Amino acid sequence: MLKKTGLITYLQVTPLTVVLVLFFVIPVALVVVVSFFRYKMLVGLVPDFTFQNYADLLSNPTTWSLYVSTIKFTLIVLLVTFVLGFWISYFLVFHVRNLLTAIGLFLLCTVPFWTSTIIRMISWRPVLGREGLINSGLQGAGIVDQPFDWLLFSDFSVVVAYVHLFTLFMIVPIFNSMARIDKSLLEAAVDAGATRWGVVWNVVLPLSKTGIALGALFVVTLVMGDFFVVTVMSGGLSGSATSGIFNDLQFLNYPRAAASAVILLIVVLVIAASIFRLVDVRKELVR
Amino acid sequence: MKKAGEVTTTKTISRRSILKGGAAIVGATAITGFPTVWAQGLKDITLNHTGMSYSTLADIARQASQDLGFKVEMSVVDHPGLLNRLVNDPSSIDIADMEIWQSKVAVPQGVLQGVDIARIKNWGELTPLFTDGVFAGKEVSRQGDSPFEFIYRDSKDATSFATGKTDWANFCPGVYNADTLGIRPDLTGREITSWADLISSDFKGKTAIQNIPTIGIMDAMMAMEAAGEVTYGDKGNPTQDEISQTIARLIELKKAGHFRALWNTFDESVNLMAAGEVVIQSMWSPAVTAVRTQGINCVYQPLKEGYRGWGNGLGMLSHLDGLKLDAAYEYLNWYNSGWVGGFIAKQGYYSANPESAKAALTENERGFFYEGKAATADITSPTGEKTNSIGEVRDGGSYEERFANVAVWNNLMDEAEFLYAKWNEFNAA
Repeated sequence: MLKKTGLITYLQVTPLTVVLVLFFVIPVALVVVVSFFRYKMLVGLVPDFTFQNYADLLSNPTTWSLYVSTIKFTLIVLLVTFVLGFWISYFLVFHVRNLLTAIGLFLLCTVPFWTSTIIRMISWRPVLGREGLINSGLQGAGIVDQPFDWLLFSDFSVVVAYVHLFTLFMIVPIFNSMARIDKSLLEAAVDAGATRWGVVWNVVLPLSKTGIALGALFVVTLVMGDFFVVTVMSGGLSGSATSGIFNDLQFLNYPRAAASAVILLIVVLVIAASIFRLVDVRKELVR
Repeated sequence: MKKAGEVTTTKTISRRSILKGGAAIVGATAITGFPTVWAQGLKDITLNHTGMSYSTLADIARQASQDLGFKVEMSVVDHPGLLNRLVNDPSSIDIADMEIWQSKVAVPQGVLQGVDIARIKNWGELTPLFTDGVFAGKEVSRQGDSPFEFIYRDSKDATSFATGKTDWANFCPGVYNADTLGIRPDLTGREITSWADLISSDFKGKTAIQNIPTIGIMDAMMAMEAAGEVTYGDKGNPTQDEISQTIARLIELKKAGHFRALWNTFDESVNLMAAGEVVIQSMWSPAVTAVRTQGINCVYQPLKEGYRGWGNGLGMLSHLDGLKLDAAYEYLNWYNSGWVGGFIAKQGYYSANPESAKAALTENERGFFYEGKAATADITSPTGEKTNSIGEVRDGGSYEERFANVAVWNNLMDEAEFLYAKWNEFNAA
């Protein structure tokens, strides 16, 4: 009997295991293996076991400046999407009294996602450009003489696009966490003399931390793994850790690209681990 | 499976007679047997032509399939994508539409078979720019990878380049052009005459350079040499020191906000120009055409230092044999027989067989694209949108004037790996 249930359990986990091994473990293992290969100019791979790729990358100031730039973007985007995500969720959960309206408004947040990422990103160009909506509006109204160049092809436009693309990933988990908060807790806090801010700070925020952690994880991995948004929105003037990988692939330098990927993977895993250390997501989820 | 005898027999039967209809073929079958095998076999063949977006055009495949009776399909890849396929998956390609410098990777790898020049019937009509290394009676610039230096090999299976003319080619000449800077004459506010204008402080924040290292560096070197900031022994093969100096200056310009953007793709360059974000930038000829079809005046400005030339070649992959090889030869013969030349002329490119291309154009188009004459009627793009009005003359003048002024060729320099590393620094700066 016991043996039989053991077998059933194994059968139940088999499909997922097979999928994970085929599409996750093997590819990642290959990337790790290739990262120790040698590169032959414009031809690609030569099997070998060398730490040269890692040494090249870690000793190259370009790598470090790309990481600094990526981490800068990650932190800014994390902060902005958190502030937006938290307050939008707060509004939806605690201020909209009708559940149907709340769900309707929530769905409204997903409307931009009916189009592709590329469209959502590119559509900022005619808004932010030198002859774009904002600049021609400001000039037309006589507020400025010269168009603002920093609106597009700048760090600003990169952050705008990231925030636009990724805020929803913050809203969804925070909304989910907040929706589980028992409303009577808030009333109790108010009855016990808490101010409005006190309720947010002492009740809502701590009880939303699972959602915040998950949202942060989404945003961090998305921003750290991106090279396309940063390239397009900065007009190629800024880079990210991933754009270093892309550049290497341009010259078929797979070994160094693989080494970059491994380093990036480690960095993201460390960040993810520290987020999970702050919040025990698993425990909170089964709560 | 296929014997040489059959090939020669079948070659005497023209395509036209096959196309005349099933009845004739049935009749022929009754007598000999193998024309059906050939016609059927060739009909079932699919030739894969793989190359970059600007020359690997669906319209060409459509017309070729129609004219040749077998199927030609196009696969579009980017520059690294083509090298990757050539090196790692050569059997997935039949005809490689390579830039000349890419053959420097493909030929030593042994992935191409020699093209038997005797089987290219129009070889003698092809421009001496490719076949003899001379143009308009004058030796073509050897700075960079000029087509002549890489077109010949010593034997069918050679894996190196021949030093002079031989009977075997590494590739059959494809499209080519002479590139320069694109400008918005309505916004530059003054005349543009030199590559130095790309880095002139007059256009601070209003220029862009292409973010493709091997070509971007050429534009940068042309500009810096013209401005007298850096001197080069050979711009086609700069030293590490020369590359370092060039990149250092590029980084300085980038940090000072000189570049509005670095563009990676064709359409980005079109948008930058059309939206007025930049007024002078690196550009490819079809991009200029694309801006003009939007009704915006954009000029491919000839500059006194000359052009940056480039060329493509159609290479036959080693795995081709039998019927498929015959089909490949048919295709290479067709490619330079007129239709393609007429089609690509309208996006600003030239055919290696200019006479046949001219014959495929109207008198007005011929005058405008090849002879430097004013248009006598509206000029349209390959897709039919108007690009130039009556009376306008093509920038850069005639075909002869243009190619007589190529200063340097796109190339794969000896220090390419060093360049890539430095270019990454420029990107990250």
